[in-house]
This record gives sequence, structure tokens and C-alpha cells, in this order.
Amino acid sequence: MDVIAFVKQPWPWYVAGPLIGLTVPALLLLGNKSFGISSSLRHICAACIPANIPFFRYNWKKEAWNLYFVGGITLGGIIAGNWLSDPSDMVIHPALAAELSSYGIHSHHALIPADLFSWAALGSLRGSLMMIGGGFLVGFGTRYAGGCTSGHAIMGLSTLQWPSLVATACFMVGGFITANLILPLLLSL
Amino acid sequence: MEHKWFSQLKFLITGTLFGIVFVKAEVISWFRIQEMFRLQSFHMYGVIGSALLVGMLSVLIIRKFNIRTIGGEAIVFHPKKFSKGQIYGGLIFGTGWAITGACPGPLFAQIGTGATVIVITLLSAIAGTWVYGKFRDQLPH
Repeated sequence: MDVIAFVKQPWPWYVAGPLIGLTVPALLLLGNKSFGISSSLRHICAACIPANIPFFRYNWKKEAWNLYFVGGITLGGIIAGNWLSDPSDMVIHPALAAELSSYGIHSHHALIPADLFSWAALGSLRGSLMMIGGGFLVGFGTRYAGGCTSGHAIMGLSTLQWPSLVATACFMVGGFITANLILPLLLSL
Repeated sequence: MEHKWFSQLKFLITGTLFGIVFVKAEVISWFRIQEMFRLQSFHMYGVIGSALLVGMLSVLIIRKFNIRTIGGEAIVFHPKKFSKGQIYGGLIFGTGWAITGACPGPLFAQIGTGATVIVITLLSAIAGTWVYGKFRDQLPH
């Protein structure tokens, strides 16, 4: 097996997790930056639509590194999606596959199900609620919580900050309740 | 110096490597997030847990040996102050996370992989952040 074929397989958690963890010291050593991604959404607001709101009146250009970082994540997506992707279908838990197919979701070939997230699905009530409504909650909730999975669950907990533990626990509680009780209602629309 | 584009290039490169890991480990997959919230797979717990462990050890080493940045600055950590926002906002974000199957980072990576419709989810997330900023003073913190 050549190197590219080896890299193209899905990476196990014990390879990916430590690499993601190394982002913490990498950003600290490269420029004294605290790992965190959701702040980029605030900087975009401050740069494009500040509307004289005090929360968006600050020198976002000083935080421009964060925008380069998310630009890089997009570029990484392009590289991995075009040249390192695995052509086989996603391997997913049989119970999840069965549950999804009861809602008419059968596409497992990509990382995200095309039956739910596509331009065609955006025209449906289910698709628009999930993409537009879900996206809104992500942007609103992360800023209200002062961070997302990277800023709280990884950076905050790495520096032993208890507010980040509270935030992470709430992320998980919200996710468990939604995935098991609310999402079935959305999926059956 | 700090504002020159080439000094930002290192963050672009770090982001790129990070984005590749995100995609290859299927962290940006809606399916993997659903499995996590249904306790059907260890994968995401393994990713987040081992990332946290490596992050924690790195911070410990940096503090213990007073390691400085490549520019020679002392490394500063920013303490997070508790507010009720971490509870309310945390629950709201958790809800959005389970629906979209993505936190902010994966949204960018998903768009990169060619799921162009996620631009809509991202724009909506930016709108959510804006609405929070607009009504921040009226919200309990």
C-alpha cells in the first residue's frame, strides 16, 4: 500500500485527537494565541456588519490571525476533500442507519447526508430548519457561551478552567436532549 | 510586523493542517456527531478526550519550563470568567450542534470539501452571533 492510499483511509481517533490537541501549543508558540474558532464569527460581524453595536466595536484587525486560521481550515477541507478522500461509503452504526432510513435518509456516501444538507434540501421545511435554524443556534449559542468545542472543551479544559467545564457539560446536555428528543421531530417533517 | 500578511501565513498553514485532520478523522461528519449523542460510537469521545489530554500536557510543559513563543514573548493564558451564559449559551449551542452536526470549525471544513450549501449554515451562524451581540445587554449573564 502506498503512502497516499494509506492517508486516504479514515484516520482513527488516536491519530486525529493528539494532532488536534497539538494545535493548542502550536498556536501558543507561534504567536501567543489561544485556540478558539467561534470568535472568528464575531470578527466577521465586527468587520462586515458592526452596525454601531458595542459588542462589535473593537479592533478586529488585531485578531485577524483567527480569520487566517479558519481560512486555512477551509483550505484543508478543499485539499482533503479533493485529493485525500476515501471513495468508499461511510461506515455508520447499524442502529443509526436504520433510524435514518425510517426518515427516508439513505445517502451514506459522503461525510454529511445529501438527503438533509444540499441545495435541493434547502427548499424543504426540514432542510431549511436544520441548516438555517441549526446554524443560527450554533452562532448564537457559542457566542453566548463565550466559546465552542475548541475554545472551551479543548483550550479551556487544557488550562483547567472550571467555567469551561460548565460550558462543555451544557454542550453535551443540549446535544443529547436534541439528538434523541428534538431531532426525531425535525427529521420526520 | 504582527499585522503583515506573511506573519499570518503561519496561522493559515496551521489551520490548513488542522482542517485536513478534521476531514480525515470524520470529525466534520454529521453521522459521527449523531453517533456521539446516541452513545453508538467511541470515536468522537476518543478524538476530544485525546486532544484534551495532549492539550493539557502541552500547557503543563509550557508552564513548568516557562517556554516562550518563537518571537521570545512570555506565553499568556486568558482566564475564562464564569457567567450564566456558559449554561444558557452552552445548551443552545449543544442544540445547534446536534442539528447541524457541526461546531463552527467543521462548518468551514465542510464548505471546503465541496458541501457548498453549508455556506448558508455558516451565514446563519454569523447572523446568530450578530443577534447575540445586538441583544447582549438584555440577556441574562
